[in-house]
Amino acid sequence: MKIVILGGGPAGLYAGLLIKKINPAHDITVLERNAADVTYGWGVVFSDRTLASFQRADARSYEQITNHFVIWDAIDTWYRNERIRCGGHVIASISRKRLLNILQERCCELGVTMHFGCDIADLSQLGTHGDYGNYDLLIAADGINSIVRRAYADHFQPGISQGKARYIWLGTNKVLDSFTFIFRENEHGFFQVHAYPFGGDASTFIVECDEETWLRAGLDKAGEAESIAYCEQLFARDLQGASLFSNNSKWISFPTLKTKNWHYGRIVLLGDAVHTAHFSIGSGTKLAMEDAIALAAALEQHERLEAALNAYELERKPVVETLQRAARESQSYFETLKRHASLEPVPFTFHLLTRSGRITYDDLKLRDVRFGDMVDRWYGQQAAPYATKWGNLDMPFQTRFAPPPMFSPFMLRSLLLLNRVVQSTIIEGMPPAVHVPGITLQEFKARRTGFGRFAWPFCAGAGLVIFEHVAIADDGRITPNDATLSTEEQAEAWRWAVQSLAPISSAKIGIELNHAGRRGATRPRSEGVDRPLRAGAWPLLSASALPYLPYSQVPKAMERADMERVRDEFVRAAHYAELAGFDLLQLNCAHGYLLASFLSPLTNQRSDEYGGSLENRLRFPLEVFEAVRAAWPEAKPLSVALSTSDCVKGGFTVEEAILAARALKEHGCDLITVQVGQTTPEGEPAYGRGFLTAFSDRIRNEAGIPTLVGGYLTSSDEANTILAAGRADLCMMEHV
Amino acid sequence: MRIGVGLPNGVPGTSGQLLIEWAKRADEGPFSSLGVVDRLAYDSYDPLSALAVAAAVTSRVRLATTIVISLLRPTGTLAKAAASLDALSGGRLVLGLAVGARREDFEAAGVDYHERGKRLTEQLIALRTLWEEGALSPRTEYPSGPPLLVGGLSDAGFARMARYADGYVHGGGPPRAFARAADKARAAWRDFRRPGQPQIWAQGYFAFGDTAIATGKAYLRDYYAFTGPFAGRIAAELLTTPQAIAQFARGYEEAGCDELVLFPTVPDLDQLAQLANVLNGLGRGAL
Repeated sequence: MKIVILGGGPAGLYAGLLIKKINPAHDITVLERNAADVTYGWGVVFSDRTLASFQRADARSYEQITNHFVIWDAIDTWYRNERIRCGGHVIASISRKRLLNILQERCCELGVTMHFGCDIADLSQLGTHGDYGNYDLLIAADGINSIVRRAYADHFQPGISQGKARYIWLGTNKVLDSFTFIFRENEHGFFQVHAYPFGGDASTFIVECDEETWLRAGLDKAGEAESIAYCEQLFARDLQGASLFSNNSKWISFPTLKTKNWHYGRIVLLGDAVHTAHFSIGSGTKLAMEDAIALAAALEQHERLEAALNAYELERKPVVETLQRAARESQSYFETLKRHASLEPVPFTFHLLTRSGRITYDDLKLRDVRFGDMVDRWYGQQAAPYATKWGNLDMPFQTRFAPPPMFSPFMLRSLLLLNRVVQSTIIEGMPPAVHVPGITLQEFKARRTGFGRFAWPFCAGAGLVIFEHVAIADDGRITPNDATLSTEEQAEAWRWAVQSLAPISSAKIGIELNHAGRRGATRPRSEGVDRPLRAGAWPLLSASALPYLPYSQVPKAMERADMERVRDEFVRAAHYAELAGFDLLQLNCAHGYLLASFLSPLTNQRSDEYGGSLENRLRFPLEVFEAVRAAWPEAKPLSVALSTSDCVKGGFTVEEAILAARALKEHGCDLITVQVGQTTPEGEPAYGRGFLTAFSDRIRNEAGIPTLVGGYLTSSDEANTILAAGRADLCMMEHV
Repeated sequence: MRIGVGLPNGVPGTSGQLLIEWAKRADEGPFSSLGVVDRLAYDSYDPLSALAVAAAVTSRVRLATTIVISLLRPTGTLAKAAASLDALSGGRLVLGLAVGARREDFEAAGVDYHERGKRLTEQLIALRTLWEEGALSPRTEYPSGPPLLVGGLSDAGFARMARYADGYVHGGGPPRAFARAADKARAAWRDFRRPGQPQIWAQGYFAFGDTAIATGKAYLRDYYAFTGPFAGRIAAELLTTPQAIAQFARGYEEAGCDELVLFPTVPDLDQLAQLANVLNGLGRGAL
């Protein structure tokens, strides 16, 4: 086969030498625009797994590469002048220039032809530079600006999205002994550095900031020398006299390239020409060289070119997409870093290390047990004030040994939770049927046979159990089976339930009060959700007279009198909840139920002072909250289950939810239970493990209020990872 | 986890006699269900007709569509056909539905391809209501009709499943891909506070013996040609050894699958016998 490779970077050279090795009869030529010894960039990094694949692919170049390695196992995070080290991450780096030299030599040795200084601006020029137009296979490894991909863009269908942050790729003669993240704030904003050693006497030093910071610092108008001077001054403490160097470096935003089709006829794309992934996970060169390995293997295995190119694409595309997802997470983390500026150094560092979702608490503990213990101790230390209060110790409390975060205590007002795990339960259709309106205490007690099932969540080890969806009145029920708390008799029944649980469980007991609003009068959940009752429906209320589904009952838009009545019903239920002995009270302002219907512009189309601006939409929920807070004992915590996004265009957003959470906090709210979606039937949350975590992160760290997060968390590793990173304070766990 | 076997209703060259014999023997065990697939513009038998025939010669196995492209049929017609099959089989029907991904099936049925998700939602609601009201008779074995499963991988699809259906049916792939989808299904189910757990069904393809493997792979490449190069990957995942079946079943079981239906790719009763042997050998033969 006559193979032409466009681009003499790591991808092109490596593909050339690997394919030549498989079949020396192939006639392979690499065409490179630059001279042999010109290269951009400083060092490139590889993980131990990538290195193992290099060894299998070509032992000779692998040996050469490893001879010139810098290997380290630590990641250092400098934040608020504190350094936190986490070890156990085996990463190796090499100067890009050295890597190219090795690959060029190896190509030469194997008989791959290389032409440097061969600037091809247009595919038609392939014919004019010798007869390269007459190829059996053209491998386009010509980078992000690939002329081949552009020439056949209709077939490849590439898409590029530009990152929001600005960064500049610099070098330094500062010697580092680890991968180093540096975070510095000045009058212009927040800056971060990704730095790593590569050549024995030099390190890569990438400086990044968001666009506003970049503009405020005047870096948009700064030349190369000015940019370097600015960075040297900003990071003077970190550089300790070392200098920064430029290599034709400019401030740019990161382009993420995704390509639908990776090959077309006799042309195949490789490396940066077909995909890019944000530099913060250090995978560009790794992916490019792995592409080369896969392409060579596919050409070896398949006789038909098309079959080989199909196999290459099928193998690599899912791998690249997975990495691009992680890179996207990492990229957006750095773009929005300011959100986490309120975190203390330990959770800040833990958050940073777990940002892409690929590394968890257990992984870090396994990699560096000292780091893991330090995280546990820090977390335990946070619980210290409670511990002293607990035992009336008149001495400074210092944690030497601490359990994992999920087992550390948590204080809400004067309520001490023994751990961070929460369970919720709905007693719909479950004996003892305390929820049946009008049931007498005697009848309730007589149903004691079902007590085991009822009590089960309380014996599962959680620090808090919440009874969800308890209606404040019969017309506030979702289904006829919903529990209600609107009469003294029901309060007695609940009191009996709470008292019966006390001797068998150390869990604190919460109750969530709800009014179903326009989602009321539906059939039991076992028959599906939001299916209207066929008979016996009661009139519904909502912010506006909009039915939930086309065939749902049209609710009445609440008038002032309705609001006062509902508010008073919430207050009455709060009194009864206190009488029943609940430890925590939660108001449901989520999932499109009554209070939430006021929050969302999709369900609130009022023109009075309760509709329109966020302040107006929040007015009624806040009125109810204030009244309940006044009625509920000062010492007991009050939480709100809040929809933090409708997950629908034009709906309530997380940015609005942050403002709402701040307002609730000012009114004495102690905890936000994070929910999303269901405001309208069109809501489409991206369901999956931990789908609420990102929302909780934003509410907690931007509104500065503790959060409880669920979202299908089933393992202690998930809970510990979320808690240690400061993405929530309590985790709702599911049993599987 | 229970293991069922697919009827070869989507494999070209399957005779009526073979289909009937296949169903009979599957009923003898160790399989818990018979599955069918649905394609209009392809050499295949109508899924509900195939299950009706199977119902006549079986008494034990559940009869499952995994899936039927329900939008190709008017809702009333589908409700009646499913209720009939359910009543005639003594309540053994499990109706899996999905939006379908092939334009040509919709063109052949003269049905609009757009807004399928929205219309599937309407259909799900209508099916359940028609059964509950017994409007089109016959009465189904259970008042709420046969279990409804919904397939698909979109966020909207998982919400639809959790809101209206009894469970989820997965379209195929390696255990890890299934595990992600099953997590999404359970996360959505829990988010809607549905009681218990969704029933989760899944499927795979098998062929034993060199000739059958080659024929089976060619069939999968042809059957899934509409997915482009992905068809090659589906063919490559064909289960061809007892070891592969063992690991596949184990992976699905660990990810929380309730019922795994293994589909033939070659219309040959010997394939069924071999699969039965493999499952018995794995101790998965319990009925």
